[in-house]
Amino acid sequence: MTGRAASPPNAGKPPPGGPANERFVSEAPFDPLSIEALTPEQERYYLAGQWKLMWWKLRRHRIAVFCGGLLAFMYLCAMLAELLAPYNLATRHTGHIYAPPQAVRLFHAGRFVGPFVYGLTYKLDRNTLQRTYTVDRSKIHRIRFLCRGEPYRFWGLIEMDVRLFCPAKGGTLFLLGTDRMGRDMFSRLAIGSRISLTIGFVGVAISFLLGIGIGGLAGYYGGWIDSVVQRIIEVLRSFPVLPLWMALSAALPVTWSPLWIYFGITLILGLLDWTGLARAVRSKLFALREEDFATAAQLMGASPRRIIGRHLLPSFTSHLIASATLSIPAMILGETALSFLGLGLKPPIVSWGVLLSEAQNINVVALYPWLMLPVVPVIVTVLTFNFLGDGLRDAADPYK
Amino acid sequence: MLRYIAHRLLIMVPTLIAISFIVFVVIQLPPGDYLTTLIEELRELGEPADLKQIEALREEYGLDQPFLVQYVEWVFGLVQGDLGYSFEYEQPVADVVGDRLWLSFIVSVATIIFTWIVAFPIGVYSATHQYSWADNSLTFIGFLGLATPNFLLALVMVYFANVWFGTEIGGLMDERYIGQPWSWGKIVSVLEHLWIPVIVIGTSGTAGMIRRLRANLLDELQKQYVVTGRAKGLPPFRLLVKYPLRMSLNPFISDIGDLLPQVISGAVIVSVVLNLPTTGKMLYEALLSQDMYLAGSFLMFLALLTVLGVLVSDLALALLDPRIRLQGRAEK
Repeated sequence: MTGRAASPPNAGKPPPGGPANERFVSEAPFDPLSIEALTPEQERYYLAGQWKLMWWKLRRHRIAVFCGGLLAFMYLCAMLAELLAPYNLATRHTGHIYAPPQAVRLFHAGRFVGPFVYGLTYKLDRNTLQRTYTVDRSKIHRIRFLCRGEPYRFWGLIEMDVRLFCPAKGGTLFLLGTDRMGRDMFSRLAIGSRISLTIGFVGVAISFLLGIGIGGLAGYYGGWIDSVVQRIIEVLRSFPVLPLWMALSAALPVTWSPLWIYFGITLILGLLDWTGLARAVRSKLFALREEDFATAAQLMGASPRRIIGRHLLPSFTSHLIASATLSIPAMILGETALSFLGLGLKPPIVSWGVLLSEAQNINVVALYPWLMLPVVPVIVTVLTFNFLGDGLRDAADPYK
Repeated sequence: MLRYIAHRLLIMVPTLIAISFIVFVVIQLPPGDYLTTLIEELRELGEPADLKQIEALREEYGLDQPFLVQYVEWVFGLVQGDLGYSFEYEQPVADVVGDRLWLSFIVSVATIIFTWIVAFPIGVYSATHQYSWADNSLTFIGFLGLATPNFLLALVMVYFANVWFGTEIGGLMDERYIGQPWSWGKIVSVLEHLWIPVIVIGTSGTAGMIRRLRANLLDELQKQYVVTGRAKGLPPFRLLVKYPLRMSLNPFISDIGDLLPQVISGAVIVSVVLNLPTTGKMLYEALLSQDMYLAGSFLMFLALLTVLGVLVSDLALALLDPRIRLQGRAEK
């Protein structure tokens, strides 16, 4: 805002007899700070903490936000898997072995019926022993919602029988077909997500602990500890990961219960993954320990553990979180590969990899392609974690 | 340069020793040894195990020796080219392995070459045409390639190769040539079969490579010297090739170190699916049956391949980049 008044109407010629100079002068005392005054928006920006800035920056990354939402939704689904699945994990439909997916329809003969599926009729070719299913357009099975289905134990604890949707009475509902034992693929996929989605988290937690611990020691102390750690990392990194994973998981005792195998596999995945994180922690610590605030903490007698944990680590936690997000997909893929080979999790535990191990031969691709569907959630999860991780990494440096 | 090479070779020795130790620990991890598995199997079949023979075997292969003694013997054997004895096949490992190591090597090298050939033009195109629809769709395909488990890709590829081109399923050569000495026909047959595993294994590595090349080239393209070159009227193509492209090539070579373990890992699982006569399938079976020396030699070979790959990439980088040569060590 300038303080000058609008020019007088007859500016062209000199005013007759009026004041020589008709300039507006503000009476208010001059406040030098007024020039530097911040708009409320700027003030909000400058006063915001690091995490808030990161959130703002992340919010502008549309894809990352979308992927974050999608992941949250997937984890919610995994939590409520039993509610979502129309059947139990092991329910067999002996009359519907290798049944193809049933499409959900809304209209029958041009009139609206609501979501329903047509019935399937099953015929066994005596000569080729091939099962053929034909869609029976006369049978209409309406899908029921929020209904009572097979009883189950929610989280293995609470007896319940409410499901989000179930097949019509006397009908079937195989959204993604059935497998060689006539088990509903959709239900198995939903319940299998629980293992597949958590295995990355547990594995990353282990590799986080190792990476921060070992990388922190190397970066803070330097010297011979650092060179030993560097050598170990170099050796571990020169291993091709999968063969080593295979060897380690082949070494898991067969007598272990599925739950122990699960933890064993996560441990194996985490044991080989920490090296990248340790390197990042080390190089950051090398730079940070020379900072004044680190020296100050040292002079005040803080223990190394406190200096690392309290003063140094928080300055780059955001980077660590971003890199952890990026290493989860590798673990999910690793578990899938191991289970596919039969070296990882084994039935009765169900994960996406275990489901995919049913699709091991070429016949499946040719005859029962729906058995390969568990790969879709694997791809989606891996992609969303990648995009979210990219967004987080960009946001991790909010001052840039 | 000579000093650098010597330094690099010297570093390899302790690394290899450490790797061999880890490999030995890993193959020793399962409780029991091959002989206990054998006794167990015989018992299941209802045959009485010939305990005397088994004791003799145990003594012959030193399985009753303490861990460290076994390790030292194994390593000395390896150095002299004796890979040990496969219990499952009742033959020396070297005979069982045969062509497999070579074929593994061929598949890995072919995959890396494929990765370069594909990633290079796509990466350059993506960077020079940033955010064009081609760039966006290529990026998307690249992400998809990163996310698809390659064993499933292998299955689908084999199916379509069979339906469309009539290539027979699996394998790395025509059945006629299995076990035959190398000949021209065999080489041609291998080449005919090689493309499926190479594409399958190479996909994720290629996707990663494209992304890195694109990012590097984009960084370089924004620098002042490019603006200067453009301002003084250099033709765009010449400008691109002469400076920024060269600068962004370094990671291409240094990435072999990261790419190779990835390729070898991928090759293992793909070879199980495709039934390739490479190391993967046999390693898998050896691991399952606790045929420890066989599994150990495979693991050792795969690790050695990786270490050598890193060495080659470091040396090539040093040739290209005087900064590394003079500093005496490669920077990651």
